[in-house]
Amino acid sequence: MSFYEEIKKYNWQQVSEQLYRKTGADVTRALARDKLTLDDFQALVSPAAEPFLEQMAQKSRQLTQKRFGKTIQMYIPLYLSNACTNSCVYCGFNHSNRFARTILSLEEVQAEARKIKELGFEHILLVTGEDDKRCGVDYLGQMMEWLHQSFSLISIEVQPLKTLEYQQLKNQGLHTVYIYQETYNEANYKNYHPSGRKSNYRYRLETPDRLGQAGVHKIGLGCLLGLEDWRVDSFFTALHLSYLEKKYWQTKYSLSFPRLRPHAGTFTPRYHVSQRNLVQLICAYRLFNEQLELSLSTREEPRFRDHMLKLGPTSFSAGSKTNPGGYSGGSNTLEQFAVHDDRPPAEIAHTIRQNGYEVVWKDWDQIMQM
Amino acid sequence: MKDLCIAGKIFTSRLFLGTGKFSSNTEMQAAVSASGSQLVTVALKRVNRTDPNDDLLSHLVLPGVNLLPNTSGVRNAREAVFAAQLAREALETDWLKLEIHPDPKYLLPDGEETLKAAEELVKLGFKVLPYVQADPVLCKKLEAVGTAAVMPLGAPIGTNNGLRTLDFLQIIIEQSQVPVVVDAGLGAPSHAAWAMEIGADAVLVNTAIAVSPHPVQMAAAFRMAVEAGRMAFEARLAERSVHAEASSPLTLFLNELE
Repeated sequence: MSFYEEIKKYNWQQVSEQLYRKTGADVTRALARDKLTLDDFQALVSPAAEPFLEQMAQKSRQLTQKRFGKTIQMYIPLYLSNACTNSCVYCGFNHSNRFARTILSLEEVQAEARKIKELGFEHILLVTGEDDKRCGVDYLGQMMEWLHQSFSLISIEVQPLKTLEYQQLKNQGLHTVYIYQETYNEANYKNYHPSGRKSNYRYRLETPDRLGQAGVHKIGLGCLLGLEDWRVDSFFTALHLSYLEKKYWQTKYSLSFPRLRPHAGTFTPRYHVSQRNLVQLICAYRLFNEQLELSLSTREEPRFRDHMLKLGPTSFSAGSKTNPGGYSGGSNTLEQFAVHDDRPPAEIAHTIRQNGYEVVWKDWDQIMQM
Repeated sequence: MKDLCIAGKIFTSRLFLGTGKFSSNTEMQAAVSASGSQLVTVALKRVNRTDPNDDLLSHLVLPGVNLLPNTSGVRNAREAVFAAQLAREALETDWLKLEIHPDPKYLLPDGEETLKAAEELVKLGFKVLPYVQADPVLCKKLEAVGTAAVMPLGAPIGTNNGLRTLDFLQIIIEQSQVPVVVDAGLGAPSHAAWAMEIGADAVLVNTAIAVSPHPVQMAAAFRMAVEAGRMAFEARLAERSVHAEASSPLTLFLNELE
């Protein structure tokens, strides 16, 4: 059995109606609990919880500090490639966008790695478009074998792979896999992912199951906020998380919050997700799951991130370039999305420390997975 | 107060500290100093083994303070034994807090794997202090394979819930021939004092100090609580009793018969 069978027990429309019927009393009950149910989570992401945002934030801060202390972990993405066979309507790497595609060679990756090391990072996230032929498991494995000599923790955000392929990469130094469903709304999924392998909703949805079976240390989940109603999509994300936690109990989990924002000339999201909404969502996750790692990327602006660092997130990216070759400056390639916090990592680290938090660059060691 | 001896090393302080979760290494250092602790545990995964000026380690170079590397992050005996050997090399100590938690959510220790790893590490010459469930049988088995101490938990790690495993801790303390260090879950100085009063040889505290708004003051409070608890244990607590005597004595008839 996979999560596909589990999610089939729910109906998007019914969940949505249930969620919008939540009242202040439901929220108060959820706030008073130590162990929250999915039903409580639903109340916390509902409009009824909006007047309780301050209380949610207070509790979220307290729970986060208890589990994670006053610390923020740092990571940086390294874009290996922007080649992609999909045509996701919201993405800069969309197959139908006409631009020259770049796949970094080992020498180019080494140049990027050197620059990243100089910035102080130990945790690195390898990102590609989805091109299984040119950037498949062999390419990724080759890069990882070299990178794992220089970095303590290696994550990937690439096309979904097979269980055996994940196992192979694990042996080559892989620790974490981020795989975002984008939306759990099966009926509308194809509108955003019309062609390419990513158009297969079910295969993507079952990827965390394959990761659990492969014994990958950490799985990162998320949905693309703004594609569909973020409240309903987040309920399904939480459902996915609960399912996985029970089934793959030896795996660690993390949540990310990619938030779409309208840009001139690009995809216009159907749903607006405000900063206030995002705070509500992050705090709801923390109240729902004290142990969950929450990640906030440079998609968000500096002032927002500086305030959020105490409210629930446990890891920050910094200094991110979303184009292959972006760090060593060798190529002027297409980026996936525009970052809104382009401060140098040292400046971000300084701000975190000024807020009374420790910056953690290293919280893993390759020897733990040999 | 009697000194504590673990694996031939004498400790005048019975408070051990964890080094995670502090808002800065400077604050961690100040808290360690205020606690009077002579043994602090460091997660190997946090240490940059190739950097001679590792920030965490350089803040722990303090007179009288010994390092206790831990294997936090490993999921089985094989990984633990491997990590232990690198810890010994990097931190230049054969002392080891053996932590194996395959469950990353509640970080609960795996007794089966811990026993397996402990046996092997003892043979490799390590002074092993295993973090375990408050399981008296497991503690005896660990003692039998030669661990330097046992470290049963008071409550799930990071919960600050105190001595939830009290009944089992009492059995462990009664039966153990190696020092018993109550580790995990101690959320207040009163919890630490209580652990010492029931005869624990030492306690290990992290979250309650690191996450307090005033870690240095809290470290000092734990120091005093541990001392008070130990002194009370050594002085022997007065027996608890019900003040009222039974109104109709039950054995007076013996006077009439004899």
